[in-house]
Amino acid sequence: MIVFEKPHALTDTVLHYCPGCTHGIVHRLVAEAIDELGIEGKTVGIAPVGCSVLAYNYFNCDMIEAAHGRAPAVATGVKRALPDNIVFAYQGDGDLASIGMCETVSTAARGENITIIFINNAIYGMTGGQMAPTSLVGQVTQTSPYGRDPKTQGYPIRVCELLSTLDAPAYLERVTVNSVKNVRNAKRAIKKAFQNQIDGKGFSFVEVLSACPTNWGMTPQKALQWIDEAMIPQYPLGVFRDKEA
Amino acid sequence: MSETVLMKGNEAIAEAAILAGCRHYFGYPITPQTEVAAYMAKKMPKIGGTFLQAESEIAAINMVYGVAATGHPAMTSSSSPGISLKAEGISYLAGADLPALIVNVQRGGPGLGGIQPSQSDYDFVTRGPGHGDFHVLVFAPSSVQEMADLTGRAFHLAWKYRMPAMLLADGTMGQMMEPVNLPEPCNAFGDDNPWAATGTEMKRPHNIINSLDLSPENLEKMNFARFERYAKIEETECLWEEYLMDDAEICIVATGITARVSRNAIVEARKQGLKVGMIRPITLWPFPKKVLAQAADQVKAFLCVEMNMGQMKQDVELAIRCKKPVALCNRVGGMIPTPDEVLDSIRKIAEGGMEA
Repeated sequence: MIVFEKPHALTDTVLHYCPGCTHGIVHRLVAEAIDELGIEGKTVGIAPVGCSVLAYNYFNCDMIEAAHGRAPAVATGVKRALPDNIVFAYQGDGDLASIGMCETVSTAARGENITIIFINNAIYGMTGGQMAPTSLVGQVTQTSPYGRDPKTQGYPIRVCELLSTLDAPAYLERVTVNSVKNVRNAKRAIKKAFQNQIDGKGFSFVEVLSACPTNWGMTPQKALQWIDEAMIPQYPLGVFRDKEA
Repeated sequence: MSETVLMKGNEAIAEAAILAGCRHYFGYPITPQTEVAAYMAKKMPKIGGTFLQAESEIAAINMVYGVAATGHPAMTSSSSPGISLKAEGISYLAGADLPALIVNVQRGGPGLGGIQPSQSDYDFVTRGPGHGDFHVLVFAPSSVQEMADLTGRAFHLAWKYRMPAMLLADGTMGQMMEPVNLPEPCNAFGDDNPWAATGTEMKRPHNIINSLDLSPENLEKMNFARFERYAKIEETECLWEEYLMDDAEICIVATGITARVSRNAIVEARKQGLKVGMIRPITLWPFPKKVLAQAADQVKAFLCVEMNMGQMKQDVELAIRCKKPVALCNRVGGMIPTPDEVLDSIRKIAEGGMEA
């Protein structure tokens, strides 16, 4: 008897992510949502530049690799050409909130009917652990070796809060995946972000607080704890916009 | 042919793109090409197409990339400083083997430069505008009629070879009005694009639109394959126009507005008994090297008339392997050479006073 299956929307390609990285969990949740909504055949995904650059090898739907930060613009083009398809972008914090912030804000302000999954792990993973726009005050990274100093390096950006000042977005929620309970909640949010698009509700955005044990210099277990202890106080979980509610 | 209408060059591009079947336009305001966007903003909503004023030139070219990835024709237009911003996206289009049309109505530079016409993006765009080894098809119209005709051709060839194409006009071409016979509506694109990301419908393996390959062996193969395609294009797709070349002893090489100015100078020079002709490259990449090399066996000297510091002159020297001297008559910064200035250069060459 099969009790636990790999979602069809995930390929058989072995993930390249580090031990304890939560990209794998979020990939699975996205794939489960696609399976359950029966939309794999009409979904087009946009991969970012960063740790999840190879996401196009992992999702079974058609995939497009975008330039760094440009996924929302690419997704806009795809959705305008294929308005009946489902379009999602999967992006990290450097991609979405630093080099691509203009595209992020503008796409949200237009209310493009797309889904964005935003992985916030407060660091640049792929390039080996540099300071991200979401790195916490005092956080030690390769490019903030004495800890992020607000005097010279500023403060972390809360993206859900920032986007919630706009009129257009339909749905903005911040979740995390550091416990079974939180994973289940993240699944609900991600599925809703796709369902909204199917229903034509408009721009739907889920921020997922994620762990990067390798570049945080922590064990996987400690990294999950650090989300509770350090990240959630800076980035409170919850719904920031739900036009349905 | 449909009726003759009086149009601005920029508007002719927009209408020709629509007639060629393009239904997706993304742009950002910049002088002297904004009429393209304005025309599209009026027309596209009425014919079920997309006009979107993007947040930046960068976003606009990436929206084009998104549409192109679905197998649909898309275009953007800008002027020189905006093309610098689009360079990233153009490189990604080339790397992912995606077709698209980019219009560059050039103004003076570098930097913010000015808003008057220029041809100073020649080197930038003919060498592949962006990082990496690649080319884009480059067309240089010299009349409003050609603005329309070459728009359709650029789309067609971009599709045929799955690569970006650029219409490289100088600001004069964008702003001037002339009668134009608009082409008949057509669909130069075809509906069957098995490579496109349109959704698998659960009937085929997923398509991936991508320029990344972490295996150097594979990336090398892709680069070699792309350049094999480029070699065929150089062999078959060069366009040029010859004017009074049969008995010419001096060959002017010019494009866009400077070719128009040169024509006037040639007529005047002929009246004075000077045997001058012109080869006008219409494609700047591929560059019509062969016809120039053949002309080098006939003429005594070449004269490049350009609105830059002699960028095309270097290509002419390469094409003729420096067999004959090549002189330059140029104005820059938004200035346009006059027929008299060109005539002066012709006379200097004829009198043997040329420095090459």
